[in-house]
This record gives sequence, structure tokens and C-alpha cells, in this order.
Amino acid sequence: MLAFVVRRLLATVPVLAMVAVFVFLMLRLTPGDPAAVIAGDNAMPDQVEAIRQKLGLDEPIVTQFFIWIGKALQGDFGESFFFKKTVAELIAQRIEPTVALAIVTLLLSVAIAVPLGVIAAYRQDSWVDRTVMAFSVMGFSVPVFVIGYLLIYVFAIQLGVLPVQGYRPIGQGLWPFFERLILPSFTLSVVFVALIARITRASMLEVMNEDYIRTARAKGLPERTVLLRHGLRNAAVPIVTVIGIGLAVLIGGVVVTESVYGIPGLGRLTIDAVLGRDYPTIQAVILLFSFAYVLINLAIDLIYVLLDPRIRY
Amino acid sequence: MSFVRSLGLAAAGAALALGAGFAAAPAAAQQKTLKVVMHSDLKILDPIWTTAYIVRNHGYLVYDTLFAMDEKLELKPQMVERYSVSPDNLTYTFTLRDGLEWHDGTPVTSEDCIASIKRWGARDSMGQKLMTFTKEMKAVDAKTFQLVLNEPYGLVIMSLGKPSSNVPFMMPKRVADGNPMEQLSDTTGSGPFVFKKDEWKPGEKQVWVKNPKYKPRSEPASGMAGGKVAHLDRVEWLWIADHQSAINALLAGEIDMMETPPHDLLKVIEKDKNVKLVNTNPLGNQYTFRFNWTHPPFDKAAIRRAALVAFNQKDFLDAVIGDPKYYRVCKAMFVCDTPNETMAGMDGIYDSRFEDSKRMLKEAGYDGTPVLLMHSTDLHVLTNLAPVAKSLLERGGFNVNMVSMDWQTLVARRTKKELPAQGGWNAFLTSWVAADILNPVMAGFFNSGCDKAMFGWPCDERMEKLRDDYSRETDAAKQKALVAQVQARAMEIGTHANLGQWYQPIAMRTNIEGMLTAPVPVFWNIVKK
Repeated sequence: MLAFVVRRLLATVPVLAMVAVFVFLMLRLTPGDPAAVIAGDNAMPDQVEAIRQKLGLDEPIVTQFFIWIGKALQGDFGESFFFKKTVAELIAQRIEPTVALAIVTLLLSVAIAVPLGVIAAYRQDSWVDRTVMAFSVMGFSVPVFVIGYLLIYVFAIQLGVLPVQGYRPIGQGLWPFFERLILPSFTLSVVFVALIARITRASMLEVMNEDYIRTARAKGLPERTVLLRHGLRNAAVPIVTVIGIGLAVLIGGVVVTESVYGIPGLGRLTIDAVLGRDYPTIQAVILLFSFAYVLINLAIDLIYVLLDPRIRY
Repeated sequence: MSFVRSLGLAAAGAALALGAGFAAAPAAAQQKTLKVVMHSDLKILDPIWTTAYIVRNHGYLVYDTLFAMDEKLELKPQMVERYSVSPDNLTYTFTLRDGLEWHDGTPVTSEDCIASIKRWGARDSMGQKLMTFTKEMKAVDAKTFQLVLNEPYGLVIMSLGKPSSNVPFMMPKRVADGNPMEQLSDTTGSGPFVFKKDEWKPGEKQVWVKNPKYKPRSEPASGMAGGKVAHLDRVEWLWIADHQSAINALLAGEIDMMETPPHDLLKVIEKDKNVKLVNTNPLGNQYTFRFNWTHPPFDKAAIRRAALVAFNQKDFLDAVIGDPKYYRVCKAMFVCDTPNETMAGMDGIYDSRFEDSKRMLKEAGYDGTPVLLMHSTDLHVLTNLAPVAKSLLERGGFNVNMVSMDWQTLVARRTKKELPAQGGWNAFLTSWVAADILNPVMAGFFNSGCDKAMFGWPCDERMEKLRDDYSRETDAAKQKALVAQVQARAMEIGTHANLGQWYQPIAMRTNIEGMLTAPVPVFWNIVKK
């Protein structure tokens, strides 16, 4: 098991190296000039050129790459072109809201979606099943920002019970923290609930036709035990897999949700960096996302072992 | 301990905590904090290093200026108590006001001001021009300094009181003495507010607090000039990138002010009785079409002029701004309602005379070379301009290839001199803040110094001679005559097209009062009731 974990962690190195090369080249091939952005609209050409030289953007791309990768290997991702701050500082400032949003969304989604999926499977073809599936289709179809604006209009503007935007660290109090995460988490969880509920239903339907379920019922076990202990546990592997895949969707959704709700997280940092062509920041954030994704996949593989003793690495 | 006793203790603790909270509440309530969503996030702190307006606006909170423009567009002393000009117009002597202090408590001195002018003069185009006329700057005493010229220059005070980017802000000598090509991180100024660097969260929030040591002038505030009295204890700029979210936050009372609500959402704001729209910049902004002189078809003056004949301002303004309340058809290139307003050279221009345009193209030998028109898609105040330009140019006989891109791509591409097919361009549209284009030296698109000119690179000796004469002229009437000649020449050779003036109202809660009428949003004089 330990050897597996070490092997998987080592495998992240070539993955991250490829991501690094890809991101670096993509950014340099994308039109746009950070020096022109920094100089401002009224800057004369010599002002832009001076900034370009200062940032080292006049160097050949290969030279720029080796300078960047050399520093990155030492854990130095450089300084943002715009802020007089290191990229590490910027990420440290922004990571908490994104992680908080992701965790609350994940917990909310699982807490809603898994019971819905189980109930839909148990009541297959009933109105409950059809309602859950209809909600699922809607969750996939309606864009995140539309849901966001609708929730803001109802709960923040019309009812005035929740704030429109912003973020408060948990250190400033539990209610201020949750108050500002309720609407964004609900917004983001809609697509996630749709995805998990659908897979839970399908997986449960498959499991509920197995012989061991019939045996459990024949033994006279209560239906709740049959469903949760024998059914859900055996259906869990695909559900956990889809939660892992869903985290990639979550990362994409975070970017939009943070914009709609004015949350100063990594998603907003990414958008601002892309619009301003802040290369060091974009590179570091994408590497961080890639690393997180690799770790999530590793964690899912390890959870398989806990859920299904037949799986061994 | 019994459950009941535990509960009692817990209740007592909670009551104490609540009590403490209520006790602290009155102190917090006395703090007047203004929460604003500006047009952009503040990423850079050095207003001399960049021309970005958001950094300029930060500069006005933190720094002070030697001169400032009042509501009537007249330049008034600000940090300067008095100044004199020698009879030969070569020596300007400035005396600073008493009691000026930097945020760190040290006095503002002549040496500080000289170092600040030098740093600004190394970066800003008007500052660079002033420096070419400057023989020396010397401190007479701690509060008096002189600027000595090589030859008379008519724009000394105009330069030092320039209201928009780059503004000649005064900084301590130890800060200003650094390499002007390096971005400053020290925000020590002598302005009415102090930047709270420890609370600066890029992409989220910037904070300024009232400078208790600031000594405002005794005159009432007017435009950028007069007494800068800070009634607010704290100014917070919150960055909400999404316009709709920012408006929602304003309607819900989570913020007090939004600097640039998009015109298509103004109706939503107008319906709410707790929010008002105020136009604090009556000069507004000017839409501009820029020609690239280096490639066909706009390498010929006659073809550029045909485009000017094909355009009309109303179509552009209707397409982007919509509500006539927020725009003005105005052909004056140096902005209507300013001392330099003139209609010289405008006969037959901007009237969409398509048949005349076609005839002019034929006479100029236009061979159908497509105009590569760059269309920016992500800034709401610019997005609809290019399609209108394409339509009008095509109706005027041009062949147009409109290429869509985001603004930052456009900003990078417009610096390229390559052929349009190889990554270059023929034309694009942008907008200027009127305060940046009030005279021929300040307005960058009139610079016709070939490779030294702004992108588009107009090349015209006559225009440069007129601009030079303007800058040397010290007589106001003669300056105005030269402005008319510059404008007429610009229309003759086609440096760029002025596509009309537009106004950006600021949205604010009705309890916010005292916002000054000025080309830049400033935060002194504002009262939050």
C-alpha cells in the first residue's frame, strides 16, 4: 500500500512537468502583452518597451522557460507582473475561500445527492424517481451563473436574508462565514447534485438486483439495513469515482461562482491573471490545480480499498 | 456541576460576550466607511509607473499635487502657496504652503518636490516635454524652489496641474529618487488619506484611512482644487468583477457606490429609490477611431479623410450608450465646453456622406484593400463600436475585415507594425477620458512624430511644428488660435476620428453626498449620512 502511494506520488512529477511545459507554451503563444496591460492605455511605446525589458519578456521564449522552470524547481514561482507580491503570497491569500467553498459544496452535494439517488432507485419509476431525474436534467442544463443570479435575486435582493457577495474567514465567526457561503455553495452544488444523484441511482439499481440483496431480504433484515448496509456500500465505488470526477467540474464551476458572488478565491485570481496576461500567476495556479487533481485521484483510489476489501494495490 | 448550573454559566458568558459586543458597537458606528466598487482592481500602487486610471485614482487619495484643476478647468495652486514667473518667462519660483507633512510626519520640502518632478518627468509624455525645456530645478530654501527653462514654454503650470495620467504627484525625496523605471512599493504621500498596506488584498479589497495630519486649503473644494477635507474615516475599494453582482450589492446596501455601472443596466438602478445616479464628470469621455498610417489603405491621407466623411457620431453613440441623456454629439476634438473647443476643419466631416466618401476613394485610387479593423469584445463601453464602424465604412465604399479579440489582445496587437496579414492592423476604436485630451500636447493621438508617435504612427512635420509652437506660446489667445490650426490639420491628414462624447454616471446610495464635479472621482468632501 505504501509502495503504491509512493509510486503514485512519483508519477505526479512527469504529469506536472508536462503541464508546466504545456501551460508555459500556451501562454506565450496566446496573443497579448502583459507589458502593454501594465503600462496602461495612454502609455507611449517606449514606456511599454521599458516594462517589457524589466519583466524579461524581451528574452527568447526558451530562455524565459529555463529561467522560470529553474526557479520553480526550487519552489520559487516568481513575482506577479502586476502586484509587488510573490505568486506564493497571492495563492496563500486566495486559497482559503476556494477550499472553503469546495468543501462546503462537496458536503452539501453528497448530503443531498446520495439520499436522493438511493430514494429514486428504491422507488424506481415512481413520481419520486421522475422528480429526482427531472431535477438532475435541469441541474445539468442550467448554467451556474443563471442559478447564481436567480438565488441572489430571491434571497438577497427580494427577501434580504442573505448577503449578495463577499467572503469572511471562519476566524471572524461561524455565522458570517457560512452566511456568505450558503448561496454560492447551493449554486455550485446544483450540477454536482445532479451528477451524483444520477450515478447513485444507476449504481443502486444495478446492486439491488444482485443475489446478496435477495439473500439479505430473505434473512428478514429491515429494508433500511438492506438499502444502506448491503446496497449503498456495494454501490459506493462508482459514486466515489464520480465525486472525484466531479471535483474537476467543481474547479471549473468555482471560477464562475466566485465571480458571481465576489469571492476572492483562486478562481477569481485565475480570471484576473488570464485577463491581464499575468504569466507567473497563471502558471502557478494551473500547476496547483493539476497537483490537487492528481492528489484527489490518489485519495479516491485509496478510498476504494476502504469501501471494497477485494481491491488491493 | 449540574446541567442547569452549566447552562446558567454558559448563558452568563454569552450575555457578557453580547454585552461586550454592544459596548463596542457605538465606537464602530462612529466610523464613517465608504465602500466602493471601482472600474478595476488596484494591482499597481505607483501612479507614475503606469497610466492606468485606477492607479491614478489611488494616487489622488494618497498624494497631493502642486497645482490642480478646478471645476471651471482653471489651474489653481494646491500644495503651492504662491508662485511667480520672471519677466523673461524663464524662471518659475514656487513657494510651498506651511504645515505640509508626509504621512510619516516629516515635512514636505523643496527637495522632495524637485525629486518628484524629475521622476514624473522621466515617465510622463507631458513631463518629458517639460524636461526638454528645463535647464535646471533648484531649491532656494526648504519651502521654495525654482524651475529654470532654456526657452519660454507655455505649458509649465498646465503640466504641473495635469489632472489625469500620469499626474505629477509629490512624493518624499527618498521615494522619488529611485529608478523611475522601477515600480514603487512605498506609498508615503502627503494627501488626505493614507493607504493601509497591511489590509491590501489584491483582487479583494484596498483600504485608505483619513490622514489626521492633512491640512486642507482654506478655499472650498472645487474640481480637483481647493480644500481637500476628508469627512470619511475610511475608504474601502471592494473588487467585484461582475457588473450585475456589483449592482446587486449596491441595491442591497452592501456597498455605497459603484463607479462605472454599465449603461444597459442604468434602468435597473433608476428604479430603486435608495440609489441615485450622479454624473460627476461633465466633460465625460470621447470615442476615437485610430488609423494606422503605416499600411494601405490608411497610408494615404485622402483615404483616411474618406473614412472621416463616412462616419457620423450619433450611430456610434446610439449603439453603445443608447440613452441620449448620457451622450453628446460633439465634433470638437479638444472636447465641447472647454476653453479649447473649436469646430475648425470640421466642414463635411462626420455627416455620413457616403457618396462623397466613395468619390474620394475613387479619386485616391483605392484598390479595395481590406481594412483590418480590430474589434474588442470584452469591454462593454467599446464592444459595439467596431461593428458600427464596419457598417459605415462599407457603406462609404471600403472593404472591411473586422477581427474580434479581447481588449488585452488588441492592446498588444496595436503596438505591432507588421502588415495586417502578418499580425498587424489598420484601425481600432477606443475611448479617452476628456481630461486627457484637453490640448494638442496632452492628447497623445495628435503626436505625429512618426516612430515616436503613439500606435498608428502618424507622420507629419506640419502637425509637429504646430504642436511645438503651441507648447512654446505663452499667450492664451494665440494658443487658442494654434489649437484651431492643429484640429484643422488633424482633419486634413486624418490622425484619428472623434466619434462623440459620452458620460459615465456614478451610482451611489442616497445617503452619500458631496461628491465633487471633477474629471477624476475623488473621495475628499464626500459625506456619508
